[in-house]
Amino acid sequence: MRWTGRHLLGLEGTTREELLTILDTAAKFREILDRPVKKVPTLRGVTIANLFFEASTRTRMSFELAEKRLSADTLNFSASTSSVKKGETLRDTAQNIEAMMVDMVVIRHSSPGTPHFLAQHLDASVINAGDGAHEHPTQALLDLFTMRERLGDLDGKHVTIVGDILHSRVAKSDVYGLRALGADVTLCGPSTFMPAEVERLGVMVTSDIEEATSDADVVNILRIQRERQEGGFLPSLREYTALFGIDAERVSRMKPDVVIMHPGPINRGVELAPDVADSERSVILEQVTNGVAVRMAIIYLISRVRAAERAEELELLEVEL
Amino acid sequence: MRKLLIKGGRLVDPDTRTDDRLDLLIVDGVVAERAPELTPDDGTRVIDADGAVVTPGLVDMHVHLREPGREDEETIESGSRAAAHGGITAMAAMPNTEPAIDTASWVTFVRNHESQITVYPIAAVTKGRAGETLTEMAELAAAGAVAFSDDGSPVANASIMRRALEYSTMVSLPVISHCEELELVGAGVMHEGLASTMAGLRPIPAAAEEIAVARDIILAKMTGASLHIAHVSTKGSVELVRRAKDDGVAVTCETCPHYFTLTDDDVRTYDTSMRVNPPLRSASDVAAIKVGLADGTIDAIASDHAPHSLEEKQVEFDAAPPGMIGLETLLPVTLTQLVQPGTVTLERAIELMSTDPASILGIPHGSLAVGAPADVTVFDPDWAWEITEDWFVSKSKNSPFTGRKVQGRVTHTVSRGEIVFEETDLDRGNARAEGERESDELPLHV
Repeated sequence: MRWTGRHLLGLEGTTREELLTILDTAAKFREILDRPVKKVPTLRGVTIANLFFEASTRTRMSFELAEKRLSADTLNFSASTSSVKKGETLRDTAQNIEAMMVDMVVIRHSSPGTPHFLAQHLDASVINAGDGAHEHPTQALLDLFTMRERLGDLDGKHVTIVGDILHSRVAKSDVYGLRALGADVTLCGPSTFMPAEVERLGVMVTSDIEEATSDADVVNILRIQRERQEGGFLPSLREYTALFGIDAERVSRMKPDVVIMHPGPINRGVELAPDVADSERSVILEQVTNGVAVRMAIIYLISRVRAAERAEELELLEVEL
Repeated sequence: MRKLLIKGGRLVDPDTRTDDRLDLLIVDGVVAERAPELTPDDGTRVIDADGAVVTPGLVDMHVHLREPGREDEETIESGSRAAAHGGITAMAAMPNTEPAIDTASWVTFVRNHESQITVYPIAAVTKGRAGETLTEMAELAAAGAVAFSDDGSPVANASIMRRALEYSTMVSLPVISHCEELELVGAGVMHEGLASTMAGLRPIPAAAEEIAVARDIILAKMTGASLHIAHVSTKGSVELVRRAKDDGVAVTCETCPHYFTLTDDDVRTYDTSMRVNPPLRSASDVAAIKVGLADGTIDAIASDHAPHSLEEKQVEFDAAPPGMIGLETLLPVTLTQLVQPGTVTLERAIELMSTDPASILGIPHGSLAVGAPADVTVFDPDWAWEITEDWFVSKSKNSPFTGRKVQGRVTHTVSRGEIVFEETDLDRGNARAEGERESDELPLHV
């Protein structure tokens, strides 16, 4: 077992060994989810605060379920406005969390770096549940888990991510995770949706959907936000769908066993045709189930690091005495 | 007669092309004599500058003093103490206060305000810095303004900028332009490149600065006005200025220590003290800035001292206001980043921080010639130390250089013949840095 992190702020810099530790641990928790009693006492007495400063349904529910299945006590805070708007500094927010003596904080925030700030100011462990356009590591972990279930070892496999890469935290976490596991990654989307110098992350970049998907083992389709049209990034959603939308006809030109993924929620008929979303190749609902297992795994691994720290502190204390 | 003798130092004065071991005698606020060996009379105060460098007082041509309006962040007086602490004896204050410095009475207020050093007001280009109506430049100049600028709110309308430049020629003062094309900046908070892609922070392309630099150079050429470009930060801007100078355009420019020290990679820590406009750029931009400083394309190093309260900075990175303090770190960071590696000579560094900004603004500073006003900075070039937060005198602490090891430290600042700063405990900084390390270790034993 190789996991020594106190926090999970992103997948940037994580090693193959660390990722495999999380994914193998998740596989064990995935089995528990198929049992009649889907709960283990592992995290009894551990308190986890879920701080969602940005609207989220599935990620919040997935974390909450993962925590409950590990028998942790959970605390939920949702606010659509950030602390700034209430005149409270992020530091105040952090101190209030600290005062409540929680062990772990799961945070979703529209500003990149917010989890890093909390990690610097809190003794509690911090799990990033999505920070702006930076990272969404648990989503990437569940993507990797689902791909491995279908494809086995990802070394040498070809994964294509299609859509709004610029505003996507999922795409970046996916890239870090996939590259660490040896997969080849292609990013495909309109040129206005490609972040600067992204090819330096070791990926192929193209705006040609046929080229990007013809030999892909996995096509991961990102959600297109309707407001991007107003932002001047796209002339119309209609043109986006014509150029990049994944429909049955496009799928018919891909590998016969291609795996179709989507982090949800789907804009049916925009980036993904309904018949493809509901087809056999789609693993979109498996992704949701696996999300609970990988979140259980990372919470469990971090809690073990914390337990080891406490044991060490106790030992030190005994030596001093 | 009040006499001050600075004895035993290496006198570096670019204005008189001096770099020699010379004593410097100041009488009644004026440089009276320079000689290898001067003997003090009774009643002459002596500064022992053995092993130190003695230079004309530094001139910081770009600072924000926040008074009137945000006196909790800085005042003219507190800013002047920070300046003295940093070896600066003259500074030009930007007009982006509340209200803006756009009338003669506000210019007079800044000019006559109590202060440890000389403070020069820069007046607004347009009323209320709103970019619409020109200020009364002639009256502002008569009241003591040394330049015009709307600083952080650059004049977006090219026609108004054209008129401003034309009008400024009547008073022969430079217009200082903060070059950013605001539509292209958008909601961006850091330089666009691999680092912004990885940080997920909204990007600002280098082109946002370069388009504005190009526009203003073209307008300066057309109008014949003196244009000074504030805080140049990109390779492309350096190239544009270099070409304009070759072309004979009356353009000068400055950069800041953070643009030749820090890069966009430093922003990836999400430390809000790294947020500044224009943003910290890439390593290749930093390299181009250094070349521009060495070859004379860049005329001055200014701090762009921009104090912000702790509450304002202890927030999400993209919610934090841009700006960093810099009066006190101007000299040590410049010595460490430019002089020690040999990028520029010590003489050139003093030119950049004193002689040349004084000449751009047309103010009587930046010289230790006999008869010149006695503004002097004395520093120990070998003193290696670590910048700590409690070392700062400024009311605000938002420095990106806290925790950085530097070499070179101001020991005395003399403004108009008066000692306005004197390092009393010469080991203070080092001792304190060590003390902090010890206290950091304490929790392990509790």
